[in-house]
Amino acid sequence: MAATEGNKVNPGDREDAIRNKEVEGLSQGQIVRRRFLRHKAAMVSVFVIISIIILVFSALEISLGPIQFPGWWKYGYTDLLPLRFEDCPGGVTGCPTLDLIPLLDGDGVEIGAHPFGQDDIGRDYFALVMRGTQRSLMVMVIIGLIAGIIGTVTGALAGYFRGWVDAVLMRFTDFIIVIPAIIIGSVIGYHFGNLGATFLALYLGLFAWTGLARLVRGEFLTLREREFVDAARVAGASNRRIIFKHILPNAVGVIIVSVTLLMAGAILLETALSYLGFGVTAPDVSLGLIISTYQESFVTRPWLFWWPGFFIIAIALSINFIGDGLRDAFDPRQRRKITLKDRITGKSAGEGGGESK
Amino acid sequence: MLAYIARRLGALVVILFGSSFILYNLAAISADPLEGLRQSTEPNAKALMESLSRDLRLDLPPPLRYFLWLRGVLGIFTGSFTLGQTRDYQDVTSELSVAIPVTIRLVFAATIIAIILGVAMGIVSALRQYSRFDYSMTFVAFLMFSLPIFWVAVLLKQYMAIEFNNFLSEPDVSLKWLVGMSLVSGVFWAGIISGSRKQVFLIFLGVGLATAALVTGLDALNWFIEPKLGIIGMAIFSVAAAFGITQLSTGISNRESLRSAIAVGVGIGAVGYYPMQWVFDIGSKKIMFLAIIIAVPLLAQLSSRIFARVDRGPVARTATITGFLVVILLMLDKLMQSWLPYMESDAVNFRPIPTIGQSKAELTLYGDVDWWVSTLDVMVHLILPTVALTLISFAGYIRFSRGTLLEVLNQDYIRTARAKGLTERTVIMRHAFRNTMIPLTTIMVADFAGIIGGAIITERVFGWTGMGTLFNKAITGFDLNLLMGVFLITGTLAVLANLAADLLYSALDPRIRVGSGK
Repeated sequence: MAATEGNKVNPGDREDAIRNKEVEGLSQGQIVRRRFLRHKAAMVSVFVIISIIILVFSALEISLGPIQFPGWWKYGYTDLLPLRFEDCPGGVTGCPTLDLIPLLDGDGVEIGAHPFGQDDIGRDYFALVMRGTQRSLMVMVIIGLIAGIIGTVTGALAGYFRGWVDAVLMRFTDFIIVIPAIIIGSVIGYHFGNLGATFLALYLGLFAWTGLARLVRGEFLTLREREFVDAARVAGASNRRIIFKHILPNAVGVIIVSVTLLMAGAILLETALSYLGFGVTAPDVSLGLIISTYQESFVTRPWLFWWPGFFIIAIALSINFIGDGLRDAFDPRQRRKITLKDRITGKSAGEGGGESK
Repeated sequence: MLAYIARRLGALVVILFGSSFILYNLAAISADPLEGLRQSTEPNAKALMESLSRDLRLDLPPPLRYFLWLRGVLGIFTGSFTLGQTRDYQDVTSELSVAIPVTIRLVFAATIIAIILGVAMGIVSALRQYSRFDYSMTFVAFLMFSLPIFWVAVLLKQYMAIEFNNFLSEPDVSLKWLVGMSLVSGVFWAGIISGSRKQVFLIFLGVGLATAALVTGLDALNWFIEPKLGIIGMAIFSVAAAFGITQLSTGISNRESLRSAIAVGVGIGAVGYYPMQWVFDIGSKKIMFLAIIIAVPLLAQLSSRIFARVDRGPVARTATITGFLVVILLMLDKLMQSWLPYMESDAVNFRPIPTIGQSKAELTLYGDVDWWVSTLDVMVHLILPTVALTLISFAGYIRFSRGTLLEVLNQDYIRTARAKGLTERTVIMRHAFRNTMIPLTTIMVADFAGIIGGAIITERVFGWTGMGTLFNKAITGFDLNLLMGVFLITGTLAVLANLAADLLYSALDPRIRVGSGK
C-alpha cells in the first residue's frame, strides 16, 4: 500500500499545487486584491454602493460650512409643491411618474416631475429619500469611523501591553458590551437626537466599538508573540513603531472586515432608533424616520413605503456582501473551489500527474 | 471547577455593577426631568418642581443616586429587596413580573423555529456546498440580515393578515396563486435534491404538480374554512413520521426500529385517534400533558420489547420521538377542529389573523370558551410577530451552522468514519452533526438570553405590552428606576448565559477544559 501511495499524488496536494501556482510571486496585498476582485457578489455590491453614493450626494444641494455644492435635482426636500393628480389610479394624489418599463403603456422611459411621487402634503419624495439616504449613510460612516478608531486603539493597547492596561481596558469593554446596543442607542438618541444626525452618530460611535476591541485584542495577543516582533524589538524599535509598523498591518484584515460589518449594523441601528423616535428627529430626515412617518399610508400610497425600504436594503445588503468578499479575500485558509478548468490547466502546466477524481 | 465557577460569578457581579453604573449615569445626565415644569406657566409649577425633586432625590448628584438604587437591589441579602417605584408610583418589580411572561411568549416560538429552520437550511446548504441551493441560501441569509423588522412588519400585516383574511371570506385559490405556489415549491425542492439535469427537472415537475393538486384538493374540500387532518390524514402522517424519524435516527434498513416506530405512530395517531380526542378534553390540562408525557415513552418501550430482540435502546428512542411527533400532529388536528368555532365567534367574525395585540379580550366576553379555542386565539396572535422575528433571526443560524459543518466535515475523524465504511447517514448524523451542534449550542444559549430584551421594535410594531414597552416608557418618561429594572433583567440574563455557554461548551466538548488558566 505504502509503495503505491508513494507513486500517486494525493488529490489534496494537487489542489494545493494549483492554488500555490496562483499566488506565486505576489505580495500579500496583491493576493488579497485579486481574491477580492474575483468575488462576483462583492464586486456587484461595490458597484451598487458607489452608484448609490454618487446618486444621493449629487442630487441635492450640500453645504459644507460656507461652501455650497449645488445639486442637479430641481426640488429641495422641504419644498411644498402642489399635489399632482393626473393619471394616478384610484383618485390618489402624488403618485410616482418614474416609468422604466416602456412596454407597459407605450410612453417610453421617462422620469417625469416626481419620479418617486409626492408625500401627502406635496413634498417631492425623490428629494426626501435622497436626503434621508444622505443622512443614514453619513451616520453609518461616522459610526464606522469612530467605532473603528476607538476599537482598534483600545484593542491594540490591551493586547500589546497586557497586564494592568489590558485588565482596565477590557473590564471597561465588558461593562459596555453587556448593555444591549439598542438600549444604549435609545438613551443617547432620545436626548441627543435633536442635536442633529451628526451628533447622534458621534455619540453612537462612542459606544459601538466594544466588539471590535475584543477582536483586535485577540489578534494582537497572537501577533505580539511572533518572531518578526521579537526581531523588531531586538533591533531597537519603539513600542509605537512595533504597534503601527509591524503588528497593525498584519491585523488590518480582521479590522477592515469587522468595521464593514459594523457599518452594516450601524445603518440598521440608525433606522431602528429613528423608527422608535429615539434617533434622527424632524425636521431632519433619515430613512428610518421616513418609514416610520409614512407606515400608515402603505395601502393608499405604497411608494412612500417601498422607496426608503429599497434604499436601506440595498445599502445594508451591499455592505454585507462587501464584508463577506473582504473576509474571503483576507482569510489565508479560504480556499477557492477548484473547478474542472483549473484541474485541466493545472495538469497541462505539468503540476504532477495524479488521478483526478 | 467549583473554584472556576465562583471566580466567574465574582467577575459577573463586578461587570453588572460597572455596566449598571455607566447606564444609570448616562441616562441621568442625558435629560432633565424638570424640563417640562421649567417652561410651565402654571402657578404651582414651583411647588411641583420641588416635590418632584424630592421624590427623585435630585438634590444628590447621579453617582450618589445610583448607590441609593443599588442599596435597594442589595436588599436581596437583607430581605428588603426593592427596585424602587416608577414615576407613576407602581412597584418596578410588579411591572416587570407582568411584562416578562408576555415577552417570553412573544419570542419563544420564534427563536425555536428560527433555530430549527436555520440549522436545517445551513446543514443542507453545507452538504450541497457551491450548489444553486447553497448560493441562494447565502443570498437569502444576507438579505435577512439587511431587513429592518419594522419594514417587514408592514408587509406582513398587509399580505399575511389583511389580504389573507380577505381570501378567507372568499376562499378560492386563483390560478395565479396556484401557478406561483407550484413554481416556488418545485424550485425549492429541485434545488435541494441533487442529481442529473433530467432528474432535477423531473423533481421540479413532480413537486410542482403535487403542490398544484394538493392546493386544488384542499380548496375543493373547503379546507381553509374547515381545516382538519382527520383519522385518514393522521394515519398517513403517522406512517410518514415513522419513516422520516427512523431514516434520520437508525436508518430505514433497521427493520425492527421501523416496525416499532410505525406501530407506535399508527397506534397513537390512527387507532388511538378517538380515544385521544377524549384525552384532549380532560378538564385539567396539567393532567393531560402529564399523562401524555408518561404514556408515550412507556408505549415506545413496550413496542421496542415486542419488535426488537437486541439493541432495544435506539429502537425505543426512535419510537418515542415518533410518538411525540404524532401527538403534536394530533394536537394540531384538535386545534384545527377549533378553527371554525373560533372563526364564527362574534369577536373574530371570519377575520382570524389580527395585525396587532396579544389576545382578544372580547373572546371571553360572552361566557367561557374552550381551552383549545383560547389557545388558538393566542397562537393566531402570535403568527405575524413570530414570522417577522423568525425571518430576521434565522439567517444567523444558516450562516453559522453552514460554516461549522463545513469545518467539521474537513476533520480527520470524518475521513476515518467514511474510511471504515459507515453509511453517509451515520457519518453526517452521528459524527458531523453532533460535533456541529457543540458551538451552535453555546450560540443558542446566548440568543435565548438576548431575546428577553431584544424584541423592543417587534413589540412596538405589533402592539404587545412586554419588556420593550416598559423600556420605551422608561426612556420617554425619564423613569430611571424602570430603565434600571429592565436592564437588570436583560443584563443579568446576558452575563449568566455567557457563563452557562462556557460551562456547556466544556461539558459537551471534552477537549475544552474550563478553569485551567489561560
